[in-house]
Amino acid sequence: MTHAIELLSATRSFRSDDAVQDVTLAVPEGAICGVLGRNGAGKTTVMSLISGQDRPTTGRVLVDGEDPFENEAVLSRISFVRDNQRYPDDYFLHHVLGIAPAFAPYWDGELAAELVERFRLPRKPAIRKFSRGQLSAVAIVLGLASRSPITLLDEPYLGLDATARGLFHDILLRDLGLYPRTLLLSTHLIDESESLFDHIVLMDRGRVVLRTEAEEARHLAMCVSGVADAVQAFAADYPVLYSHSIGGLQTSTVTGRLDDDARSRAATLGVRVKGASLQDLAVAYGSGDALQDSSKEGISA
Amino acid sequence: MFTEDSPIYQQLATQIADDVVAGTYPEDAAVPSSNEFATFLHMNPATAGKALNVLVEQGILYKKRGVGMFVSPGARSQLLKQRRTDFPQQYVRPLIREARAVGIDPVELAEMIKEEYTP
Repeated sequence: MTHAIELLSATRSFRSDDAVQDVTLAVPEGAICGVLGRNGAGKTTVMSLISGQDRPTTGRVLVDGEDPFENEAVLSRISFVRDNQRYPDDYFLHHVLGIAPAFAPYWDGELAAELVERFRLPRKPAIRKFSRGQLSAVAIVLGLASRSPITLLDEPYLGLDATARGLFHDILLRDLGLYPRTLLLSTHLIDESESLFDHIVLMDRGRVVLRTEAEEARHLAMCVSGVADAVQAFAADYPVLYSHSIGGLQTSTVTGRLDDDARSRAATLGVRVKGASLQDLAVAYGSGDALQDSSKEGISA
Repeated sequence: MFTEDSPIYQQLATQIADDVVAGTYPEDAAVPSSNEFATFLHMNPATAGKALNVLVEQGILYKKRGVGMFVSPGARSQLLKQRRTDFPQQYVRPLIREARAVGIDPVELAEMIKEEYTP
């Protein structure tokens, strides 16, 4: 299988801090890959590395099999708009839309115009006066209308209202159907975006703690809740990723497949058990308790 | 739209099969493409494609190259037959399990079913 994007033990250090630490991942061509993790987990840094806006301190980054850094041929195929993208102070929307095609050989002006209209982006005032949601909409216009074979969307939902989020999904999927591309999308709105993804990368504190195909993610872990003693008895058989308790009640997220054995054991102990959702997994890994257990289970990257 | 109990592609395949049984898609009628399902349901196109392929493998749908996917002749009766086969496991066993748990004996249960069944 061709990998559109590959990171091989990539580390990016800033002075003493590793923003990204020993990250290895591969995204197949045409995949829609969700990049999840808490603030500061390293998602934006990974995207910067892939888009050649930054270089790894050690390790390698490959896009279509080549190093993207200062590589014109590869860079012309990549679109990346940061979540905190800055624009010149005197820029209006038309300036941005005017200059964008120069950086995006696959730019589609009609799609850009449609997006601007449907997101209700104003011609005035200057972009620096745009709200958070309007800035996100500008980033979506740039990201989708560029129709780049490799498209990186960094927190595209920030500040977007519910109608605009639905609109984004509509147009994204419609346009991907017409012009397939490899898409990396980072987000905190996991429940809402989960069904878009076929691949998942979950990061915490600069490391990849989980990478999986989306369908597999549903079978990796379970959430068990009930009276603390019973939950602990159930959880004793599995590596625990995360626990949360209030009074005598406890919820634990544990790795392991929710199979008939687990169900009947839960029934015997009188606890509720369900398959962990992607959001449950992100919360569990983001709690920081999980690292040592996940490596033991071999589901970390 | 989707729950966490089974894979999304499986759930979509079941929904499409339900629509075939209900007659929404008659025999030899086109079903929406994977991209149409993906856009409409806000889901991954590959996942939607997988759902359609599962139904092709089961003979419920057939492909016309470059045109799309269509409902196979006899798909509805095939699905109905399958559902009858699955009925005891899917519905009768859970019913009996619950009946046992609350102390309803078979005679009483049969009586209840009979009562509910009359229109």
